[in-house]
Amino acid sequence: MDIRPILITLRRHKFTCCLLVLQIAFTCAIVCNTIFLIGQRLDRMHVVSGIAEQELVYVELADIGTRTDGDARIAADLAGLQSIPGVKAAALLNQLPFNLGSDNFDVRTDPAQRIAPLNAAQYMGENLVKTLGVRLEEGRDLRPEEYIDLSAVNTLLSQKQYDKLPAVVLITRAMADRLWPGQEALGKQIYVGQGLPFTVVGVMANLIRPGMDRMGPGVQYSTVWPIRMPMLSGTAYAIRCAAQDCDQVLKTALVKLKKLDPNRIVLEKDTMEQHRSDFFQNDRAMTGILVAVCIALLVVTSLGIVGLASFWVSQRNRSIGVRRALGATRGNILRYFQTENFLLTTMGIALGMVLAYGINLFLIVHYELPRMPVTYFPVGALILWAIGQAAVLGPALRAAAVPPVVATRTV
Amino acid sequence: MFGYYLDLAWRSLRRTPVMTALMVLAIGLGIGASMTMLTVLHVMSDDPLPDRSAHLFVPHLDPRPANFTQNLYAPDASANFTYPDAMALVSSRQAVRQAAMAGGTLLARRSGTGHTPFYADGRFTTPDFFAMFDLSFLSGSAWSQADEDARARVVVLSESLSREVFGTADSVGRIAHLNDADLRVVGVTRDWQPNPMFYADADAKEFSDADRFFLPLSTSLDLKFNTNGNQSSWAGSIEHNSPTLTWLQVWVQLDTASEVTAYRRYLADYAGQQKKLGRYERSADSAHLYSLMEWLAIERKVPSDIHLQVWLALAFLAVCITNIVALLLAKFLRRGGEISVRRAMGARRRDIFIQLATESAVIGFAGGVLGLILAQLGLWSVRHRPDDYAHLASMDGPMLAFTFALALGASLLAGLLPAWRACRITPALQLKTQ
Repeated sequence: MDIRPILITLRRHKFTCCLLVLQIAFTCAIVCNTIFLIGQRLDRMHVVSGIAEQELVYVELADIGTRTDGDARIAADLAGLQSIPGVKAAALLNQLPFNLGSDNFDVRTDPAQRIAPLNAAQYMGENLVKTLGVRLEEGRDLRPEEYIDLSAVNTLLSQKQYDKLPAVVLITRAMADRLWPGQEALGKQIYVGQGLPFTVVGVMANLIRPGMDRMGPGVQYSTVWPIRMPMLSGTAYAIRCAAQDCDQVLKTALVKLKKLDPNRIVLEKDTMEQHRSDFFQNDRAMTGILVAVCIALLVVTSLGIVGLASFWVSQRNRSIGVRRALGATRGNILRYFQTENFLLTTMGIALGMVLAYGINLFLIVHYELPRMPVTYFPVGALILWAIGQAAVLGPALRAAAVPPVVATRTV
Repeated sequence: MFGYYLDLAWRSLRRTPVMTALMVLAIGLGIGASMTMLTVLHVMSDDPLPDRSAHLFVPHLDPRPANFTQNLYAPDASANFTYPDAMALVSSRQAVRQAAMAGGTLLARRSGTGHTPFYADGRFTTPDFFAMFDLSFLSGSAWSQADEDARARVVVLSESLSREVFGTADSVGRIAHLNDADLRVVGVTRDWQPNPMFYADADAKEFSDADRFFLPLSTSLDLKFNTNGNQSSWAGSIEHNSPTLTWLQVWVQLDTASEVTAYRRYLADYAGQQKKLGRYERSADSAHLYSLMEWLAIERKVPSDIHLQVWLALAFLAVCITNIVALLLAKFLRRGGEISVRRAMGARRRDIFIQLATESAVIGFAGGVLGLILAQLGLWSVRHRPDDYAHLASMDGPMLAFTFALALGASLLAGLLPAWRACRITPALQLKTQ
């Protein structure tokens, strides 16, 4: 189809056309970036945890008042929990995956390093690997005889008897690859605090670190230590069972714990699946808002196109009639308006791509977002083309339905 | 004349109901989205203590070693104070009032037996806290400096905690059991919840937490109560009185500009002196004094999600306005015939312009009403979000007025260009072609 007559007609509505092109450009730019932002959020929400999420429940307790028999109490609790039918394992952990806060420390591969190459989460608690369902890729799990109480660790640290500390640790594959790229990690040393060495005895396939602020790069930097936890603020019992038993096991566990010692408060309890879902509730809300903005933008823009196209159709009623009288088919008229819209949308998209890039740069500078992959640009363009064509279809069909006899009528 | 223009506008809008509805909807959606987010931003960056904020300042010292590397994801280790520094500032009494503080959560018991204990948030602080922040006492008073020095077992309760524990707001003289300690109630304050909780550590839920008890900092250390909030240490020691562990907040009251200048000098001198003693490794320039609002701007940035949402809403409004400009332009230009007749009959350009502007204003007003309804809906949905600021999201009078101003302004702005174009139509040419 010859587009020259269309362009000549459009030049007569320069201002209106410019505005429409501008609107399409804005919409295209914002939609591109919004889809990118949605993608980012979805990536965050679908992070792989490396634990048996569906098979875990947890209970966080607080003792009322100080107690001296804490260790015995915990041993009895754990024995009680493990005796619940359906329970596969239980452990008292210093922190759970998908907690909002986190315990972390700097890891060095050489005590002389001024800047630590990475910072990792510190998981503690006997029987952690089996309870959370973490898969060991290489090496071995921590042995029962390697475990030591946290209070003993603190004593040894304050007395500077560093040689009596257990010197083994588990790290994740991501950590191993970052610390010693292309090398065997087993048997290597990491240095912690004032240069205390610990030997890597096992590499876990994956174990997500807790903390809302740690969700970025390095989300899989976690370590597991052979340290037995006392009941502290933040410690929680993790209980593993079959996925379908979770609710029942949680109920029974609460009854059991209450029976073992009624003199304490349950601070938090839930299934790990729900814990994960709560953790991402803000991301979910933001994704909803972004999707809503996207849809609202596209609706407003397509309504604008419908409005303008309808106006032009009724304005050009007579010339359409003349063209029909001169032999143009309905198809010709239909395609005329479709092509016109395609041209305007294309101009808008071209400008929109530049704008989208600009907005992305702004987001990179002010919100520390990564660069938008090139693939998002054609997605925005396709959406705008589709919306444009869909919006113009109604008015264009109405134009095509104008009978040639209109040409003979005066306005 | 304005009534006549309104009538004309009404007739014109009624002639094209779909288009009118479209324009009203577009501006309504744009205004609704923008006002929802602007209101959220407004309540989040509001002054927590409008009467006092001009007098409240935060000193800032940097005791971190020179080779300290700040982890990108970890909280700023110098945002809080070490115990020795905080105590030096408070006991020097260089400001009108000064207090050191830290948050804590303690187990409270209702009086009587058979009740389950519960956790209450509160603050461990020094006596100036109450007068400096202007808390009002229902009965009793703050503890004295002597109590502070003597690590007295005393506590000030908020009205709500007093009622929860003792069943009455007047509990002065009674004994409150917090954790394992028995503390004598010396005062009961009215419930106090500044939004945000500007004086707390950055770790606090600043829009939903409130302090329900206050007790002497020295007492809390004596009783070894745990504190909330970020603790950063760089030399291994995690004892509370360590010179290498930051965990306390310090606030000072300074009433005049000269007091502020003097305090700045004092801080720089203190940092310089510590450097000379070999305790600080960074220069005396690292000492700062921030006003309350400056501190909030630095330390309590409104979450970037909120900023992003405000930008999105404003961009959406911009698209909506562009949309309306295009539609109005098409609409006004199409009325060339009518405008030409009016011009030929003696209407001045200005009259045409005002007439068309009135029409845009009518759309703006209707859009404003719709926008207001949509903004209320938006705020209602914000209030159901899980964020801690959610409960604050509602419009006050000025924001309500601003909504209409924005809607009218936006639609008038949108009508400006089309009206100007339309009133420049040459009547003779139009009339001839008719």
